[in-house]
Amino acid sequence: MSEVIVKNVHKSFGTVEVLKGISLTVEPGEVIALIGRSGSGKSTLLRCINGLETINSGRIEIAGHTVSRDPQKLRELRRDVGIVFQSYNLFPHLSVGENIMLAPKIVKNVAKADARKTAEAVLKMVGLSEKFDAYPDELSGGQQQRVAIARSLAMQPKVMLFDEVTSALDPELTEEVLNVMEQLARDGMTMILVTHEMAFARRVATKTIFMHHGKIREEGPSKQLFADPQTPELRQFVKSDVK
Amino acid sequence: MILRTFGFSEFGFLLSALVWTIILTVIALGGGGIIGFFVALARTSTHKWLRIIAGTYIQVIQGIPVLMILFLSYYGLSLAGLQLPPLVAAGASMTIYASGYLGEIWRGCIQSVPKQQWEASESLAMTRAQQYRYVILPQALRISLPSTVGFAVQVVKNTSITSIIGFVELARAGQLINNATFQPFRVFLAVAALYFVVCYPLSQLSRWLERRLHVGSHR
Repeated sequence: MSEVIVKNVHKSFGTVEVLKGISLTVEPGEVIALIGRSGSGKSTLLRCINGLETINSGRIEIAGHTVSRDPQKLRELRRDVGIVFQSYNLFPHLSVGENIMLAPKIVKNVAKADARKTAEAVLKMVGLSEKFDAYPDELSGGQQQRVAIARSLAMQPKVMLFDEVTSALDPELTEEVLNVMEQLARDGMTMILVTHEMAFARRVATKTIFMHHGKIREEGPSKQLFADPQTPELRQFVKSDVK
Repeated sequence: MILRTFGFSEFGFLLSALVWTIILTVIALGGGGIIGFFVALARTSTHKWLRIIAGTYIQVIQGIPVLMILFLSYYGLSLAGLQLPPLVAAGASMTIYASGYLGEIWRGCIQSVPKQQWEASESLAMTRAQQYRYVILPQALRISLPSTVGFAVQVVKNTSITSIIGFVELARAGQLINNATFQPFRVFLAVAALYFVVCYPLSQLSRWLERRLHVGSHR
């Protein structure tokens, strides 16, 4: 069964319709790249998928949960769905280790020793073992973002969402974050990522979806989509990316 | 008539009255802090009616002089048959006054925690109570320290208003001694100095906390 099903989703902010009937499915282990111009609705779609934005109509299922407005049901969903944001959003008053252990301890009631073991394991995965006791403001942007990824992973999600996670980083730091994500993809994590990193989408994403004015304009296997765009909009978009 | 002069025993009387000023301040900040905390929570609640009720409370308290609250609780209630001792009337009035201001100060602090902190903690499946307890309030607390301590200075000075209903705190003690000595300069300079001795360190603490906050240290 599909890990993510989005069916005819509409979403408006006031009178502006930002999602105009989006449908897509994601199979377990797939990596989906959502690309498109700013304002095309890709970030909104991602936020709808874990219930941070409410949809006006349509249906979203993810990791066996249906997105609804019920806070209890949303919490159950979010135990299985991790999200990483552009601005990292680490908790500044907690150390790296505490950032990672907090949710497992209080949400999943994991014993402290076990939470610590998990935290050490995910920190190692993102290459920051030595930063366990550091505070977020002592880390670079790239390191903070890797901690944010580790924090999500510590909840052992079935699906990971990434919302322009490298947009605030310079190229070098972008690279270290993308490497972590690529490793995650290789390990079989189901991922949906909103990204401006075309090369990364092409290399890592099994499927790329091009959004334009709130609709899916074009979609397909990444390599094929980038090599041979069918619509003038995507051709233009891909061309403008090669600077 | 034999006038007393302002000597050690008079100064001792001022000191004992200063203790009452401090007790009243502690009552106001303690009681006002507890009520103000819940007012701030209600102000930032997701329930519209809680927000409206708390907002109205703050507006009313801030919109009337403490003196009126004091008169209402002392004279008003006594007319209604409820004769409050001055300490209780004074403590209750100052508590209500402090709760209105602390509620508003802390609302601002809670709301100045970035929205993304709510989203990040929500996305980690925390309940709203857990978000407050582990993510939002610890950050808001740090932000609130300078302004809270700054407000405490106001409370220390404003307790002098309770002298009007006969509560013998520092200002009232000064009046009593002046009536007996007719040495207003000595007496009230001593009174002013005592207020200063309490308030100045608090002001400095507030400034120091503010500087520390601006440096952006995390602890």
